[in-house]
Amino acid sequence: MLSKRVIACLDVRDGHLAKSVRFVNTRNIGDPVAKAREYYLDGLDELVFYDITASSDRRKIILDVVEAVAEQVFIPLSVGGGVASVADATDLRLAGAEKINVNSAAMRRPALIAECADAIGNQNVVLSMDIRRVQETAEFPSGYEMVVDGGRTPVGIDALAWAREGERLGAGELVVNSIDADGTREGYELKLTRMLAEAVRIPVIASGGAGEPAHLYDVLTEGQADAALVASMVHYGEYTVSGLKRYLHDRGVKVRMSW
Amino acid sequence: MPAKNVAIVDYDAGNLTSVLRACREVGLRAEISSDPCIVRGADRVIFPGVGAAGSAMRSLSASGVGAALMDAFHAGTPILGICLGLQISLDHSEENDTDTLGIVPGEVRRFRLDDPKLKVPHMGWNAVRTVRDHPVLADIEADDEFYFVHAYRPVPARSDYVLAVSTYEGPFCSALGRDNYVATQFHPEKSGRVGLRLLERFGTWDGRA
Repeated sequence: MLSKRVIACLDVRDGHLAKSVRFVNTRNIGDPVAKAREYYLDGLDELVFYDITASSDRRKIILDVVEAVAEQVFIPLSVGGGVASVADATDLRLAGAEKINVNSAAMRRPALIAECADAIGNQNVVLSMDIRRVQETAEFPSGYEMVVDGGRTPVGIDALAWAREGERLGAGELVVNSIDADGTREGYELKLTRMLAEAVRIPVIASGGAGEPAHLYDVLTEGQADAALVASMVHYGEYTVSGLKRYLHDRGVKVRMSW
Repeated sequence: MPAKNVAIVDYDAGNLTSVLRACREVGLRAEISSDPCIVRGADRVIFPGVGAAGSAMRSLSASGVGAALMDAFHAGTPILGICLGLQISLDHSEENDTDTLGIVPGEVRRFRLDDPKLKVPHMGWNAVRTVRDHPVLADIEADDEFYFVHAYRPVPARSDYVLAVSTYEGPFCSALGRDNYVATQFHPEKSGRVGLRLLERFGTWDGRA
Protein backbone atom coordinates (compact mmCIF):
# COMPACT_ATOMS: atom_id res chain seq x y z
CA MET A 1 0.00 0.00 0.00
CA LEU A 2 0.98 3.60 -0.46
CA SER A 3 2.91 5.32 2.28
CA LYS A 4 1.73 8.57 3.77
CA ARG A 5 3.98 11.35 2.59
CA VAL A 6 5.84 14.04 4.51
CA ILE A 7 6.27 17.08 2.28
CA ALA A 8 8.37 20.14 3.09
CA CYS A 9 7.38 23.54 1.74
CA LEU A 10 9.97 26.21 1.07
CA ASP A 11 8.82 29.74 0.35
CA VAL A 12 11.18 31.37 -2.10
CA ARG A 13 11.41 35.08 -2.67
CA ASP A 14 13.87 36.54 -5.19
CA GLY A 15 15.71 33.25 -5.33
CA HIS A 16 16.30 32.85 -1.63
CA LEU A 17 14.22 31.53 1.17
CA ALA A 18 11.63 34.00 2.36
CA LYS A 19 12.25 36.05 5.48
CA SER A 20 9.55 34.20 7.33
CA VAL A 21 12.06 31.41 7.47
CA ARG A 22 14.98 32.19 9.68
CA PHE A 23 18.09 31.22 7.80
CA VAL A 24 21.50 32.77 7.85
CA ASN A 25 22.69 34.48 4.70
CA THR A 26 19.33 34.59 2.97
CA ARG A 27 20.80 36.51 0.06
CA ASN A 28 22.55 33.42 -1.15
CA ILE A 29 20.62 31.65 -3.90
CA GLY A 30 22.23 28.43 -2.70
CA ASP A 31 20.08 28.43 0.40
CA PRO A 32 16.90 26.87 -0.99
CA VAL A 33 19.06 24.42 -2.87
CA ALA A 34 21.10 23.44 0.17
CA LYS A 35 18.00 23.14 2.32
CA ALA A 36 16.24 21.02 -0.30
CA ARG A 37 19.26 18.74 -0.51
CA GLU A 38 19.45 18.44 3.26
CA TYR A 39 15.80 17.37 3.53
CA TYR A 40 16.13 15.01 0.59
CA LEU A 41 19.05 13.24 2.24
CA ASP A 42 17.06 13.07 5.47
CA GLY A 43 14.19 11.11 3.91
CA LEU A 44 11.81 13.76 2.63
CA ASP A 45 9.14 12.28 0.33
CA GLU A 46 8.37 15.34 -1.77
CA LEU A 47 9.37 18.97 -1.93
CA VAL A 48 7.26 22.04 -2.66
CA PHE A 49 8.62 25.43 -3.65
CA TYR A 50 6.28 28.30 -3.33
CA ASP A 51 7.45 31.32 -5.30
CA ILE A 52 6.49 34.59 -3.61
CA THR A 53 8.73 36.78 -5.73
CA ALA A 54 6.99 40.00 -6.66
CA SER A 55 9.45 41.41 -9.19
CA SER A 56 8.88 41.34 -12.92
CA ASP A 57 11.69 38.91 -13.68
CA ARG A 58 10.26 36.45 -11.17
CA ARG A 59 9.91 33.64 -13.66
CA LYS A 60 13.56 33.43 -14.52
CA ILE A 61 14.54 33.49 -10.86
CA ILE A 62 12.34 30.60 -9.81
CA LEU A 63 13.32 28.62 -12.91
CA ASP A 64 16.98 28.91 -11.86
CA VAL A 65 16.16 27.68 -8.37
CA VAL A 66 14.11 24.76 -9.65
CA GLU A 67 16.83 23.77 -12.06
CA ALA A 68 19.52 23.90 -9.41
CA VAL A 69 17.43 21.80 -7.04
CA ALA A 70 16.46 19.27 -9.71
CA GLU A 71 20.17 18.65 -10.32
CA GLN A 72 20.59 17.23 -6.86
CA VAL A 73 17.23 16.21 -5.45
CA PHE A 74 15.75 13.00 -6.85
CA ILE A 75 12.28 12.98 -5.38
CA PRO A 76 9.13 14.61 -6.77
CA LEU A 77 9.45 18.35 -6.88
CA SER A 78 6.38 20.56 -6.91
CA VAL A 79 6.32 24.29 -7.65
CA GLY A 80 3.64 26.90 -7.20
CA GLY A 81 3.07 30.60 -6.84
CA GLY A 82 1.81 32.71 -9.68
CA VAL A 83 1.24 29.95 -12.22
CA ALA A 84 -1.30 31.52 -14.59
CA SER A 85 -0.84 29.73 -17.90
CA VAL A 86 0.16 26.47 -19.53
CA ALA A 87 3.38 28.20 -20.59
CA ASP A 88 4.24 28.90 -16.94
CA ALA A 89 3.58 25.27 -16.11
CA THR A 90 5.61 23.79 -18.96
CA ASP A 91 8.56 26.12 -18.28
CA LEU A 92 8.65 24.94 -14.69
CA ARG A 93 8.38 21.33 -15.81
CA LEU A 94 11.30 21.72 -18.20
CA ALA A 95 13.33 23.26 -15.39
CA GLY A 96 12.74 20.07 -13.42
CA ALA A 97 9.46 20.40 -11.52
CA GLU A 98 7.32 17.28 -11.48
CA LYS A 99 4.09 18.86 -10.31
CA ILE A 100 2.66 22.31 -10.75
CA ASN A 101 0.52 24.02 -8.12
CA VAL A 102 -2.21 26.32 -9.32
CA ASN A 103 -4.06 28.58 -6.92
CA SER A 104 -5.37 32.13 -7.35
CA ALA A 105 -5.23 32.12 -11.15
CA ALA A 106 -7.36 28.99 -11.23
CA MET A 107 -9.94 30.66 -9.00
CA ARG A 108 -10.17 33.56 -11.42
CA ARG A 109 -10.16 31.30 -14.47
CA PRO A 110 -11.03 27.67 -13.65
CA ALA A 111 -10.28 26.51 -17.21
CA LEU A 112 -6.59 26.84 -16.28
CA ILE A 113 -6.88 23.55 -14.38
CA ALA A 114 -8.17 21.68 -17.41
CA GLU A 115 -5.62 23.31 -19.71
CA CYS A 116 -2.73 22.34 -17.45
CA ALA A 117 -4.10 18.82 -16.97
CA ASP A 118 -4.26 18.46 -20.73
CA ALA A 119 -0.73 19.73 -21.24
CA ILE A 120 1.15 18.01 -18.40
CA GLY A 121 -1.21 15.27 -17.17
CA ASN A 122 -3.79 15.31 -14.37
CA GLN A 123 -1.43 13.71 -11.89
CA ASN A 124 0.95 16.65 -12.18
CA VAL A 125 -1.62 19.37 -11.53
CA VAL A 126 -2.02 20.22 -7.88
CA LEU A 127 -4.87 22.51 -6.90
CA SER A 128 -3.70 24.55 -3.95
CA MET A 129 -6.60 25.83 -1.88
CA ASP A 130 -6.43 28.62 0.71
CA ILE A 131 -9.49 28.22 2.90
CA ARG A 132 -11.03 30.05 5.85
CA ARG A 133 -13.77 29.08 8.23
CA VAL A 134 -17.09 30.97 7.89
CA GLN A 135 -20.66 30.66 9.08
CA GLU A 136 -22.55 27.81 7.45
CA THR A 137 -24.99 29.53 5.14
CA ALA A 138 -26.74 28.78 1.88
CA GLU A 139 -23.78 30.38 0.12
CA PHE A 140 -21.23 28.38 2.12
CA PRO A 141 -22.92 25.08 3.02
CA SER A 142 -19.62 23.50 4.04
CA GLY A 143 -18.82 26.31 6.46
CA TYR A 144 -15.60 27.08 4.61
CA GLU A 145 -14.83 29.71 2.01
CA MET A 146 -12.08 30.06 -0.58
CA VAL A 147 -9.70 33.01 -0.26
CA VAL A 148 -6.90 34.30 -2.52
CA ASP A 149 -3.90 36.62 -2.33
CA GLY A 150 -2.30 34.80 0.56
CA GLY A 151 -5.54 34.60 2.46
CA ARG A 152 -6.51 38.26 2.35
CA THR A 153 -9.28 38.27 -0.23
CA PRO A 154 -12.42 36.15 0.10
CA VAL A 155 -13.87 35.09 -3.24
CA GLY A 156 -17.37 33.96 -2.30
CA ILE A 157 -16.92 30.32 -3.30
CA ASP A 158 -17.63 27.39 -1.02
CA ALA A 159 -14.47 25.34 -0.37
CA LEU A 160 -16.11 21.92 -0.69
CA ALA A 161 -17.76 22.91 -3.97
CA TRP A 162 -14.44 24.21 -5.28
CA ALA A 163 -12.60 21.01 -4.32
CA ARG A 164 -15.13 18.95 -6.25
CA GLU A 165 -14.98 21.33 -9.19
CA GLY A 166 -11.18 21.19 -9.17
CA GLU A 167 -11.27 17.40 -9.29
CA ARG A 168 -13.83 17.49 -12.10
CA LEU A 169 -11.67 19.91 -14.10
CA GLY A 170 -8.73 17.56 -13.85
CA ALA A 171 -6.67 18.40 -10.78
CA GLY A 172 -4.69 15.36 -9.65
CA GLU A 173 -4.24 16.39 -6.06
CA LEU A 174 -5.44 18.99 -3.57
CA VAL A 175 -3.50 21.05 -1.06
CA VAL A 176 -5.87 21.97 1.73
CA ASN A 177 -4.38 25.01 3.41
CA SER A 178 -6.25 26.38 6.37
CA ILE A 179 -5.74 30.12 6.73
CA ASP A 180 -7.12 29.91 10.28
CA ALA A 181 -4.61 27.29 11.36
CA ASP A 182 -1.68 28.63 9.35
CA GLY A 183 1.07 29.97 11.57
CA THR A 184 -0.65 28.97 14.81
CA ARG A 185 1.40 25.81 15.25
CA GLU A 186 -1.61 24.37 17.06
CA GLY A 187 -2.39 21.66 14.56
CA TYR A 188 -3.94 21.18 11.16
CA GLU A 189 -7.64 21.86 10.60
CA LEU A 190 -8.76 18.26 10.96
CA LYS A 191 -12.45 18.73 10.27
CA LEU A 192 -11.80 20.62 7.04
CA THR A 193 -9.13 18.20 5.85
CA ARG A 194 -11.28 15.19 6.52
CA MET A 195 -14.34 16.70 4.85
CA LEU A 196 -12.43 17.35 1.63
CA ALA A 197 -10.53 14.04 1.72
CA GLU A 198 -13.85 12.21 1.94
CA ALA A 199 -15.39 14.25 -0.86
CA VAL A 200 -12.81 13.58 -3.60
CA ARG A 201 -10.94 10.59 -5.01
CA ILE A 202 -7.67 12.39 -5.52
CA PRO A 203 -4.98 12.66 -2.83
CA VAL A 204 -5.23 15.43 -0.25
CA ILE A 205 -2.22 17.21 1.22
CA ALA A 206 -2.90 18.89 4.57
CA SER A 207 -1.28 22.26 5.09
CA GLY A 208 -1.17 24.93 7.78
CA GLY A 209 -0.85 24.67 11.52
CA ALA A 210 1.74 21.96 12.10
CA GLY A 211 3.72 22.61 15.27
CA GLU A 212 4.51 19.22 16.72
CA PRO A 213 4.76 15.61 15.51
CA ALA A 214 1.37 14.65 16.95
CA HIS A 215 -0.25 17.11 14.54
CA LEU A 216 1.04 15.12 11.59
CA TYR A 217 -0.22 11.91 13.16
CA ASP A 218 -3.66 13.41 13.71
CA VAL A 219 -4.11 14.73 10.20
CA LEU A 220 -2.83 11.53 8.55
CA THR A 221 -5.19 9.38 10.62
CA GLU A 222 -8.27 11.25 11.84
CA GLY A 223 -7.92 13.93 9.13
CA GLN A 224 -7.57 11.25 6.42
CA ALA A 225 -4.93 13.23 4.56
CA ASP A 226 -2.59 11.39 2.21
CA ALA A 227 0.28 13.72 2.94
CA ALA A 228 1.24 16.32 5.53
CA LEU A 229 3.00 19.50 4.59
CA VAL A 230 5.51 20.96 7.04
CA ALA A 231 7.44 24.20 6.97
CA SER A 232 8.59 26.04 10.08
CA MET A 233 8.72 22.84 12.13
CA VAL A 234 11.69 21.64 10.15
CA HIS A 235 13.06 24.97 8.89
CA TYR A 236 13.90 26.17 12.40
CA GLY A 237 15.78 23.00 13.17
CA GLU A 238 13.37 22.09 15.94
CA TYR A 239 12.43 18.83 14.23
CA THR A 240 13.99 16.81 11.46
CA VAL A 241 12.25 15.11 8.58
CA SER A 242 13.62 11.73 9.62
CA GLY A 243 12.55 12.36 13.24
CA LEU A 244 8.99 13.13 12.14
CA LYS A 245 8.87 10.00 10.01
CA ARG A 246 10.27 7.89 12.82
CA TYR A 247 7.57 9.27 15.13
CA LEU A 248 4.82 8.41 12.63
CA HIS A 249 6.28 4.98 11.92
CA ASP A 250 6.49 4.15 15.64
CA ARG A 251 2.78 4.95 15.95
CA GLY A 252 1.76 2.69 13.13
CA VAL A 253 1.44 5.17 10.28
CA LYS A 254 2.86 3.69 7.09
CA VAL A 255 5.68 5.96 5.95
CA ARG A 256 8.77 5.31 3.87
CA MET A 257 11.57 4.49 6.29
CA SER A 258 14.36 3.49 3.93
CA TRP A 259 16.28 6.01 1.85
CA MET B 1 32.41 3.09 -14.48
CA PRO B 2 32.43 2.68 -18.27
CA ALA B 3 31.32 5.82 -20.08
CA LYS B 4 28.88 4.07 -22.39
CA ASN B 5 26.38 6.19 -24.20
CA VAL B 6 22.76 5.93 -23.22
CA ALA B 7 19.93 7.09 -25.46
CA ILE B 8 16.82 8.29 -23.63
CA VAL B 9 14.02 7.83 -26.13
CA ASP B 10 11.99 10.97 -26.73
CA TYR B 11 8.57 10.39 -28.27
CA ASP B 12 6.55 13.33 -26.97
CA ALA B 13 5.58 11.39 -23.87
CA GLY B 14 6.31 13.70 -21.02
CA ASN B 15 9.23 15.45 -19.52
CA LEU B 16 12.45 13.47 -19.75
CA THR B 17 14.83 15.92 -18.11
CA SER B 18 14.52 14.24 -14.72
CA VAL B 19 15.60 10.92 -16.24
CA LEU B 20 18.54 12.66 -17.89
CA ARG B 21 19.60 14.34 -14.64
CA ALA B 22 19.39 11.09 -12.70
CA CYS B 23 21.52 9.32 -15.33
CA ARG B 24 24.14 12.02 -15.08
CA GLU B 25 24.08 11.82 -11.30
CA VAL B 26 25.17 8.18 -11.49
CA GLY B 27 27.83 8.87 -14.11
CA LEU B 28 26.03 7.69 -17.25
CA ARG B 29 26.69 9.53 -20.48
CA ALA B 30 23.13 10.03 -21.61
CA GLU B 31 21.29 12.09 -24.17
CA ILE B 32 17.62 12.60 -24.96
CA SER B 33 16.92 11.72 -28.57
CA SER B 34 14.08 11.14 -31.00
CA ASP B 35 16.50 10.17 -33.77
CA PRO B 36 16.08 6.51 -34.81
CA CYS B 37 19.78 6.31 -35.79
CA ILE B 38 20.91 7.37 -32.32
CA VAL B 39 18.56 4.89 -30.65
CA ARG B 40 19.84 2.07 -32.88
CA GLY B 41 23.46 3.00 -32.26
CA ALA B 42 23.32 3.52 -28.50
CA ASP B 43 25.07 1.16 -26.09
CA ARG B 44 21.99 1.29 -23.88
CA VAL B 45 18.50 2.65 -24.25
CA ILE B 46 16.15 4.07 -21.66
CA PHE B 47 12.54 4.07 -22.75
CA PRO B 48 10.66 6.32 -20.30
CA GLY B 49 7.39 8.13 -20.75
CA VAL B 50 4.32 9.50 -19.07
CA GLY B 51 1.00 9.97 -20.78
CA ALA B 52 -1.53 7.95 -22.71
CA ALA B 53 -0.78 4.75 -24.65
CA GLY B 54 -2.69 5.77 -27.78
CA SER B 55 -0.87 9.01 -28.55
CA ALA B 56 2.44 7.46 -27.50
CA MET B 57 2.09 4.66 -30.05
CA ARG B 58 1.11 7.12 -32.78
CA SER B 59 4.16 9.23 -32.04
CA LEU B 60 6.48 6.19 -31.91
CA SER B 61 5.39 4.96 -35.29
CA ALA B 62 5.28 8.38 -36.99
CA SER B 63 8.84 9.23 -35.92
CA GLY B 64 10.27 5.80 -36.71
CA VAL B 65 11.74 5.65 -33.24
CA GLY B 66 9.45 2.74 -32.30
CA ALA B 67 10.98 0.62 -35.06
CA ALA B 68 14.46 1.69 -33.93
CA LEU B 69 13.64 0.58 -30.40
CA MET B 70 12.54 -2.83 -31.66
CA ASP B 71 15.77 -3.11 -33.67
CA ALA B 72 17.78 -2.27 -30.55
CA PHE B 73 15.87 -4.94 -28.63
CA HIS B 74 16.52 -7.60 -31.28
CA ALA B 75 20.18 -6.56 -31.45
CA GLY B 76 20.54 -7.33 -27.75
CA THR B 77 21.02 -3.75 -26.54
CA PRO B 78 20.19 -3.43 -22.83
CA ILE B 79 16.93 -1.47 -22.56
CA LEU B 80 15.25 -0.03 -19.48
CA GLY B 81 11.55 0.83 -19.75
CA ILE B 82 10.03 3.21 -17.21
CA CYS B 83 6.31 3.73 -16.48
CA LEU B 84 4.55 4.29 -19.83
CA GLY B 85 7.64 2.83 -21.52
CA LEU B 86 6.99 -0.38 -19.62
CA GLN B 87 3.30 -0.37 -20.46
CA ILE B 88 3.68 0.03 -24.19
CA SER B 89 6.28 -2.74 -24.32
CA LEU B 90 3.49 -5.29 -23.77
CA ASP B 91 1.13 -6.44 -26.56
CA HIS B 92 -1.96 -4.45 -25.79
CA SER B 93 -3.23 -1.71 -23.49
CA GLU B 94 -6.74 -1.17 -22.26
CA GLU B 95 -5.90 2.54 -22.35
CA ASN B 96 -7.35 3.83 -25.64
CA ASP B 97 -7.69 0.11 -26.62
CA THR B 98 -4.21 0.30 -28.14
CA ASP B 99 -2.03 -2.39 -29.72
CA THR B 100 1.45 -1.83 -28.37
CA LEU B 101 5.02 -2.94 -29.13
CA GLY B 102 4.92 -6.54 -27.95
CA ILE B 103 8.45 -6.81 -26.58
CA VAL B 104 6.98 -8.71 -23.64
CA PRO B 105 3.83 -10.82 -24.17
CA GLY B 106 0.96 -9.56 -22.04
CA GLU B 107 -1.42 -6.69 -21.59
CA VAL B 108 -2.10 -3.55 -19.57
CA ARG B 109 -5.28 -3.13 -17.56
CA ARG B 110 -6.77 -0.30 -15.58
CA PHE B 111 -6.91 -0.53 -11.80
CA ARG B 112 -10.50 -1.32 -10.87
CA LEU B 113 -10.40 0.39 -7.48
CA ASP B 114 -13.75 -0.76 -6.14
CA ASP B 115 -12.70 0.49 -2.72
CA PRO B 116 -13.66 4.20 -2.67
CA LYS B 117 -10.80 4.87 -0.25
CA LEU B 118 -8.26 4.02 -2.92
CA LYS B 119 -7.34 7.08 -4.90
CA VAL B 120 -6.81 7.24 -8.64
CA PRO B 121 -4.13 7.16 -9.96
CA HIS B 122 -1.86 5.06 -7.77
CA MET B 123 0.50 7.89 -6.85
CA GLY B 124 3.17 7.98 -4.21
CA TRP B 125 5.71 5.76 -2.51
CA ASN B 126 5.14 2.04 -2.37
CA ALA B 127 7.21 -1.03 -1.57
CA VAL B 128 8.63 -3.17 -4.36
CA ARG B 129 9.23 -6.85 -3.62
CA THR B 130 11.47 -8.69 -6.04
CA VAL B 131 10.22 -12.17 -6.90
CA ARG B 132 12.98 -13.10 -9.35
CA ASP B 133 16.69 -12.31 -9.33
CA HIS B 134 17.73 -9.73 -11.85
CA PRO B 135 21.03 -7.82 -11.99
CA VAL B 136 19.33 -4.44 -12.40
CA LEU B 137 17.10 -4.99 -9.35
CA ALA B 138 19.76 -6.65 -7.24
CA ASP B 139 20.11 -3.81 -4.71
CA ILE B 140 16.44 -3.59 -3.78
CA GLU B 141 15.86 -4.47 -0.14
CA ALA B 142 12.67 -5.38 1.66
CA ASP B 143 12.01 -1.90 3.10
CA ASP B 144 12.83 0.04 -0.04
CA GLU B 145 10.06 2.09 -1.59
CA PHE B 146 9.80 3.67 -5.01
CA TYR B 147 7.75 6.49 -6.46
CA PHE B 148 4.77 5.52 -8.63
CA VAL B 149 2.30 7.51 -10.74
CA HIS B 150 -0.03 5.40 -12.87
CA ALA B 151 -3.63 4.35 -13.40
CA TYR B 152 -2.95 1.17 -15.40
CA ARG B 153 -1.01 -1.94 -14.42
CA PRO B 154 0.95 -4.45 -16.48
CA VAL B 155 -0.22 -8.06 -16.69
CA PRO B 156 2.53 -10.13 -18.38
CA ALA B 157 1.34 -13.30 -20.09
CA ARG B 158 3.77 -15.48 -18.15
CA SER B 159 4.77 -15.25 -14.53
CA ASP B 160 8.44 -15.65 -15.37
CA TYR B 161 8.43 -12.19 -16.92
CA VAL B 162 7.43 -10.75 -13.53
CA LEU B 163 10.49 -9.50 -11.64
CA ALA B 164 8.82 -7.59 -8.80
CA VAL B 165 5.41 -7.01 -7.31
CA SER B 166 3.77 -4.22 -5.33
CA THR B 167 0.37 -3.97 -3.69
CA TYR B 168 -2.42 -1.49 -4.30
CA GLU B 169 -5.94 -2.84 -4.83
CA GLY B 170 -4.14 -6.18 -4.84
CA PRO B 171 -0.72 -7.41 -5.88
CA PHE B 172 0.43 -6.16 -9.28
CA CYS B 173 3.56 -6.50 -11.37
CA SER B 174 5.81 -3.49 -10.71
CA ALA B 175 8.88 -4.65 -12.63
CA LEU B 176 9.22 -7.05 -15.52
CA GLY B 177 11.84 -8.28 -17.90
CA ARG B 178 12.60 -10.45 -20.87
CA ASP B 179 16.11 -11.08 -22.20
CA ASN B 180 17.86 -7.72 -22.63
CA TYR B 181 14.73 -5.74 -21.73
CA VAL B 182 13.93 -4.74 -18.14
CA ALA B 183 11.24 -2.29 -17.04
CA THR B 184 9.83 -0.67 -13.94
CA GLN B 185 6.35 0.68 -13.39
CA PHE B 186 7.81 3.06 -10.81
CA HIS B 187 10.13 6.01 -11.48
CA PRO B 188 13.71 5.27 -10.42
CA GLU B 189 14.66 8.84 -11.32
CA LYS B 190 12.28 10.16 -8.64
CA SER B 191 12.87 7.48 -6.02
CA GLY B 192 15.85 8.89 -4.19
CA ARG B 193 18.96 6.87 -3.58
CA VAL B 194 17.38 3.44 -4.17
CA GLY B 195 16.22 4.63 -7.58
CA LEU B 196 19.64 6.02 -8.47
CA ARG B 197 21.20 2.71 -7.51
CA LEU B 198 18.88 0.93 -9.92
CA LEU B 199 19.94 3.28 -12.74
CA GLU B 200 23.56 2.72 -11.83
CA ARG B 201 23.01 -1.02 -12.02
CA PHE B 202 21.40 -0.64 -15.41
CA GLY B 203 24.48 1.30 -16.51
CA THR B 204 26.68 -1.76 -15.99
CA TRP B 205 24.19 -4.47 -17.00
CA ASP B 206 25.31 -6.66 -19.91
CA GLY B 207 21.73 -7.43 -20.98
CA ARG B 208 21.66 -10.93 -19.59
CA ALA B 209 19.06 -11.77 -17.00
